[in-house]
Amino acid sequence: MQFLRMKPGHGEVLLTEGDVDVPQDEQRLIDEFRAQLDAGMWAAVPVRAAAGRREARMVRAFDEIPRDAERVIFFPRAAGGAL
Amino acid sequence: MLLALFATSAVILALLWEISFPRLERWSEQRRSRRERSAIEGYDPGRERRAERRARQLLKSCVGDEEWSMYRDLGFLRVWGRLTGGPEQGGTQATEAGAPYAYLVYPHKPIVSYLPQTRRLLAEYCVAFPDETRPYGSARLPDSDDVLAKWMALTGDERRLIDSANMHLPGRQVDPRQVRRDLWRLSEWERTRLARQRRATGATAP
Repeated sequence: MQFLRMKPGHGEVLLTEGDVDVPQDEQRLIDEFRAQLDAGMWAAVPVRAAAGRREARMVRAFDEIPRDAERVIFFPRAAGGAL
Repeated sequence: MLLALFATSAVILALLWEISFPRLERWSEQRRSRRERSAIEGYDPGRERRAERRARQLLKSCVGDEEWSMYRDLGFLRVWGRLTGGPEQGGTQATEAGAPYAYLVYPHKPIVSYLPQTRRLLAEYCVAFPDETRPYGSARLPDSDDVLAKWMALTGDERRLIDSANMHLPGRQVDPRQVRRDLWRLSEWERTRLARQRRATGATAP
């Protein structure tokens, strides 16, 4: 599983990666997930819906990430207005 | 005679103005945008281009083929609304089982909601994803990352995104004439794509 973060002036950055079935990797992923959410990021997992259509699943806790997800994408939380 | 000549000149001038005004407006907007970007300390056009290239690859890998082609060809994405139930009967794959409304997602512009059946514009949702860490002096994501963020938030948790946005009537920031042109371009694009698919599968039009 890879954790990617969108970044201005760069595109996505690989934050960390690991196998969720390996306890050490899983702990590292959990720590990074919390750090990103604490920094105000939103997290989304791109998935394929039942009809084959692509969509995303927004996740607010590590447990909500599907175990077989390949990527979790972090991006700054939405703010209304000033465009 | 002189009056006729004057009237003709006035009509020609009015027509020329009508044709050139959108171009002038676009040119002025691009110039303003370039100036704003240049004003950011440490702005590097090469780095921004590379960032955009990476962002496009990420977008392509996340959205479906149809959405990616739409964005590549037209410069925006259409996302079907899901907050209310569409009609059970009469829906087609193209209208996502009769989805009652949809959104047009532009890079760094408000999201526009509309009724696909009538092309009536409903609202603008002003929303941004500012990264306040400003790694290179700007809080602005690359264009394709902004589109992907909107797409993920809309398909993943539409209510949350809409609640975070400022809603306005159509026309506040995005020119309704441009949106209508884009809706027309979208319908032409879909027609051409459908025809190409039919040719590829050897099927005939009904």
